[in-house]
Amino acid sequence: MKRFFTAAAFFAALVAAWHWAYIARIWSPVLVPSPESVLRYLWEIARDGSLWSCTVVTMKRLLAGYFIGLLAGVPLGFLTARVQALRDTLGVMALGLQGLPSVCWVPLALLWFGQTEAAMLFVVVMGTLWSVILATETGVRNVNPIYIRAASTMGSNGVHAWVHVMLPASLPFILSGMKQGWAFAWRSLMAAEIYVTIMTGFGLGHLLHYGRELNAMEQVVAIMLIIVLIGLLADKILFSPCERFLHRRWGTEK
Amino acid sequence: MTLETELQIPPPARLAIANVSKWFTTSRGPVHALDQVSLQVTEGEFVCLVGPSGCGKSTLLNMIAGLEMPGQGALVAGGKPIKGPSRERMMMFQESALFPWLDVFGNVMFSLKRKPGLSDAERREVAEYYLRLVGLEKFMHANIHELSGGMKQRVALARALAPNPRVLLMDEPFAALDALTREQLYGDLQKIWAKRKVTIVFVTHNVREAACLGDRVVLFSPHPGRIREQFKIDLPRPRDINSVALAAYATKIMSALKGHLIADHAEGQE
Repeated sequence: MKRFFTAAAFFAALVAAWHWAYIARIWSPVLVPSPESVLRYLWEIARDGSLWSCTVVTMKRLLAGYFIGLLAGVPLGFLTARVQALRDTLGVMALGLQGLPSVCWVPLALLWFGQTEAAMLFVVVMGTLWSVILATETGVRNVNPIYIRAASTMGSNGVHAWVHVMLPASLPFILSGMKQGWAFAWRSLMAAEIYVTIMTGFGLGHLLHYGRELNAMEQVVAIMLIIVLIGLLADKILFSPCERFLHRRWGTEK
Repeated sequence: MTLETELQIPPPARLAIANVSKWFTTSRGPVHALDQVSLQVTEGEFVCLVGPSGCGKSTLLNMIAGLEMPGQGALVAGGKPIKGPSRERMMMFQESALFPWLDVFGNVMFSLKRKPGLSDAERREVAEYYLRLVGLEKFMHANIHELSGGMKQRVALARALAPNPRVLLMDEPFAALDALTREQLYGDLQKIWAKRKVTIVFVTHNVREAACLGDRVVLFSPHPGRIREQFKIDLPRPRDINSVALAAYATKIMSALKGHLIADHAEGQE
């Protein structure tokens, strides 16, 4: 409860300072809109349904790309960990491409796929894939070999050992790769949506982009808030419970 | 298969190890780990392998488990040549090797789930039976990291016994525990062995531990690993690690061990 009040007080103070800066007219109201106008804008787009539809478009792109990246990345990570030739090739490639800011995929995606959903998907997959591969590889290579030996005396080898021993044993690493992949995918998708207009669906990035075009600062700020909120929610809903579970099981909690 | 037949004690297996040699290649060249080792272990016998590090006792245990293959020679368990790991020969390690992503019950169930011919309800009952046997039924749903070292090894014992093996292989299972816990586990292990009479091969470098637990103590010497001497321990069970008679055996084995080491060293000097 005390933690909740500390947090509530902090954010209330933040909004109050913002409100004061608006009242005091330190900057032009065009550049610093009032908290009320931001709220009013949010209320409007919530009522006319565009907030919902844009969020759905964005989340669909994000989740589709993210899960493709995950489904491809985990097995590829396993393979790079187990096959020397793959570690020297795919592993090095993953390491290089993970260092490439995922925004850099956008021009290439546009030239390859045009202004299509495929371009969006491609950018998100590229954002996710490499960090998931690298994290899985690290995880698998850090599995205590004694687990594999113990499992094999209990009749677990081959695919069963991969699924029931290697995979859970490397989960702490895979989860941190999943978090990083999620962050990269989210950033690259926003960049792509701001950069490119795609007629098959308007996402949050487009709203942000049009806010700039229209000089509608309350729109820009409102959409930024939504993007931040989605990021926070994803962490709280998707990752935090998994992390808490792993910490409890492994005993890695402070 | 019913629960009763599952919990029935299977005939313990006889082990026959004949002229087994093993070489390893390391970065410093080949290492001769075992040289012409032959050993018979009768059904239901408790044999302790003792020796300094590098004498190949753990290597031999891994070969009986089927985790490693001999360079030369033959290993036979229960009349069948050992070709790989099997549920008939379960192993316990120095680090418990319990899976941290499963709770206590899940760990014991892991070995049972791979055993065909049982329903899930029967597997649960078997797992509970073994957790009771090691006295941890109250900790069924505890996480592994919440257990003490001694409790971990009890769970590992339950997990190894659960598929009802005919041979139990133990690789220095108590070496990392404190003396008090260890003493308690000596008593518990003897009690459990009296109930579920499997053939046990137990590797240790603790001579007293070997004399306390084994029907027979097999003394190894290193470089290359060879069997030097064997001692039959004719003491009634359950044995107390602190008993005077046991100390006499331990002293005898210890001086034999030292004697071999000094002789080998002198031989190396010449």
